[in-house]
This record gives sequence, C-alpha cells and structure tokens, in this order.
Amino acid sequence: MTNSPKVMIETVNLHKSFGKLHVLQGVSNQIREGECVSIIGPSGGGKSTYLRCLNMLETPEEGQIFVEGVEITGKKVDINKHRQKMGMVFQLFNVFPHLTVKENVTMAPVLLKKKTRQEADEMAMSLLARVGLAEKADEHPGRLSGGQKQRLAIVRALAMEPDMMLFDEPTSALDPEMVGEVLNVIRDLLKSGMTTVIVTHEMGFAKEVSDRVLFMDKGVIAEEGSPAEIFGNPQNARTREFLSKVLY
Amino acid sequence: MSFETICSNIVKIMGEYWYIFLVKGVGITLLLSAITVAFGAILGSLFALAKMSRIPPLRWLVNIIVEVVRGTPILLQLYIGYFIVPQLLPFMEVSDFTSIAVALVINSAAYVSEIIRSGIQAVDRGQTEAARSLGLNGGQTMLRVVLPQAVKNILPALGNEFVTMIKETSLASTFYIGDLMTSYLAVKGRTYLALECQLIVGAIYFVLTFTLSKLIGLYERRLKSHD
Ligand SMILES: Nc1ncnc2c1ncn2[C@@H]1O[C@H](COP(=O)(O)OP(=O)(O)OP(=O)(O)O)[C@@H](O)[C@H]1O
Ligand SMILES: [Mg+2]
Repeated sequence: MTNSPKVMIETVNLHKSFGKLHVLQGVSNQIREGECVSIIGPSGGGKSTYLRCLNMLETPEEGQIFVEGVEITGKKVDINKHRQKMGMVFQLFNVFPHLTVKENVTMAPVLLKKKTRQEADEMAMSLLARVGLAEKADEHPGRLSGGQKQRLAIVRALAMEPDMMLFDEPTSALDPEMVGEVLNVIRDLLKSGMTTVIVTHEMGFAKEVSDRVLFMDKGVIAEEGSPAEIFGNPQNARTREFLSKVLY
Repeated sequence: MSFETICSNIVKIMGEYWYIFLVKGVGITLLLSAITVAFGAILGSLFALAKMSRIPPLRWLVNIIVEVVRGTPILLQLYIGYFIVPQLLPFMEVSDFTSIAVALVINSAAYVSEIIRSGIQAVDRGQTEAARSLGLNGGQTMLRVVLPQAVKNILPALGNEFVTMIKETSLASTFYIGDLMTSYLAVKGRTYLALECQLIVGAIYFVLTFTLSKLIGLYERRLKSHD
C-alpha cells in the first residue's frame, strides 16, 4: 500500500442521522485499489451505516463520497452506474426467492445489458461451479442452506464484474459450521486482488486477511491501522476495551 | 309448516325454476363479481401506485376516494352509480347492469388498492436493497424483484375479495339486474314460498363461496410450498 495505488473510495467528513440519532459523526477515509479493509467495532457504532453510505443505500446529510474519482454524493450522478461497479453482500443474504439460483446470478447482467443471455449463463455456471453451487443452478434458493445462500449472494454480486466489493457481516447470520465455507469464498476473492471493505465480527478473519483495520465507535473511526497494530498494540482505550471483550 | 312440506316445496321449486337460480342467477352473480374484481384490480393497482407516488396531490385525491368509499354504505354507492353513471355518459345507452358494475368496480378498487399496497410493502426491504445494489433502477427493481414477490401476497387476497364480492353483489338485486338475489325475488314473487326460496338461494351462495374459499386456500398452500 505504500506506493499508493489509485484511490477507489474516498469519504470526506460523512455525517448521517436517523431522526435525532447522530450515527455518523464525520467519517473520513481512503480505500485504495486492491486493498482489503475491515471495519470492526461495537454494535450500533455506525459500521453498517458507513458501509451502506459507500454505495448510497443511505444518503449522508453532510460530507462527500468519491468513487474512482467521481463524487457520487453530487447532484447529477447516475448512481445506478456506480452501483454496478460496487458489489454488495448483506448479512441476511437477500437472495431473490422467486428466481432460480442461476437466474439470481444472470438477472442483473442481462437486464443491465452487460452481457447477452448466453454469455451470462456461461459466466453464471462457471461462477457457481467455483463456489460449489453448480448442481443447484436450476433450483430456487428457498431450499439452500444459509451458507449456500450467502455464497450465491457473493456470486450474484461478482456477476456484475465489480471493481470493489462491500460485505456487511457476511457470516453473522450463519450457523457456526457454515461460516468457514463463506469465508473461504471471500479469501479466494481476495487472492484475485479485489478491493474489499468488510464489516465483520470475525476477529480472526479480519486479522488474517486485512491490509488495514478500522475501529468504529460512536460514529467515528476511533482508531485505524494494520492488523498487527490494532490487534497487537491498540492505542485507543475504547479499542482495547472492545478487543478484550470479543477476543476472550 | 312441517319439515317435509318445506323439503317437498324446495324440490318442486327447483324442478320448475332451476334455470333461473342455477344458470341465470349464478351466471350473472359470478359474471358481475368477476368483472368487479378484474376491473377493480386494474383500477386498484392504479390507486395503489398513486398512493405510493411522490406527487402529493395524487396521493390526497386517491386517499379521499378510498376513505369516502370505505366510509359510506355500499348500497348507497350503488344508488349513486345507478343514477349518475347514465348521466355522465349521455351519448350512449348505459344499461342498469353497467351502471351497477361501475359502482361496484370503484368500491372494489378502493379495497383492492389497499391489498396491493400492503402486498408490495410486505416484500422484505432487503430485496429492494439487493436489487438496487446491483445497479437496477427503481422501476426495474419494482418490476423484476418486488412485484413478482408481491403477487404471492396479493393473489390470495384478491381471491378473497372475489368471495366477498359474490355476497356483496346481492345488493345489486335492489335494481333487478338478474343476479342470484334477483332470482330469489322473482321466484318468491311467483310462488309466495319465501322461506323455501331463501333456503335455496342461501345454499347456492354458500356452496359458491365455500368452494371458492377452499380453492384459494389450496392455491395459497401451493404458493407457500414453492418458497
Ligand atoms: N434505517 C434506520 N433507521 C433508524 N435508525 C437506524 C437505521 N439504521 C441504523 N439505525 C441506528 O443507527 C445506529 C447505528 O447502526 P449501524 O447499523 O450502523 O450499527 P453497526 O455498527 O452496524 O452495528 P451492528 O454491529 O449491530 O451491526 C444504531 O443505533 C441503529 O439502531
Ligand atoms: Mg451492522
């Protein structure tokens, strides 16, 4: 990260409130190409809200967001175009129950004219095979396990060939025995050099895969650093307190 | 009057007037209910869209229509339709049946708009977020993700609306438009056997609504098992 590749996502002084609740209180950060950034912190600290601002699922009241140099908080931006470049994976999977597994993957690329039907089908099958879901292609996701649903959700996002991926606690809703299979898919993705932001409570995973860890608390990034710095030698008292609770 | 007399009267009446009850009466009742629900669903969808629209006056207008329809007796609405619809369309011959159907359609649309709106809003918000995060715009999300799922909530409720309408259309007999309740009035007028005719018509209504409800229940269970 030292020879600074291009900045993929930059946020400047983001503020977001829900009614009287001031959830983001000035968040600034830069995420560079190929970087894997983990966001950790106590519940309610604003991690999800921050992540959801990055692709404008939440609209910040104040501050700016730049994606690949374009200000997406600006007035005349076609946000749909930018979202195509930013895959998102949700805690509760949000796979489409009325479509088959394969259609879940092909719907967006075909509808948004990124691919012909046939190209999309071929890509879907190879992506599904990569995450071990090829035999399920023609089933509806209702029958899949949580881990399978989440792998499908990841593949659905990848089918748009995004430049970056956003994960919001992708394993929190899973039974323990399924966490590993989903983390493996994410590990694979990281090997390919995908720019990734991941909100997670899996401290071991964050430590293992991240280039940088953000500790968010009370609506600000209270501390940031390499995994070694954050997990090995946290400077902030709140970081230390949080880690002592989750690690032991 | 003994039980046997009633039974034999019923048999006699049915022998003579079965056509009026089972073909004409049932036919017109089902036709009127089907027209009401079908056009009510179309108009109701437009109402539902208006209710969820970003244009405040449109929302207000539809909300006023819906509240007025829900807050006044349906029989009164039929009277108003009966007198007003022909006057609104002076250049054409409007039958009583049409006037009543128009009033019923507006009544049904008011209720159906609520069914559709809540059916759409019952679809998990995460579905919309997932679709938008892929880059679909609002319209594409509605058409490809939300509506196909909302239909599963809406169709059974529309079926129940049909069952309700089968009963509500009996009010149209006030204007002798030939529905099942009109058959009752006609046959009672000729035979002077009120109770027997009531039992016959009641049984027919019950068989219609009961069968339909069961069919809807079956369909609903099939939809559920698909998820
Ligand atoms: N749509 C919303 N409307 C109202 N309040 C909200 C909304 N979304 C989040 N909040 C509130 O904002 C605060 C921050 O929420 P957020 O989901 O960002 O926290 P988080 O750090 O992701 O927590 P967790 O670890 O529990 O997921 C919480 O108090 C939450 O209740
Ligand atoms: Mg969260």
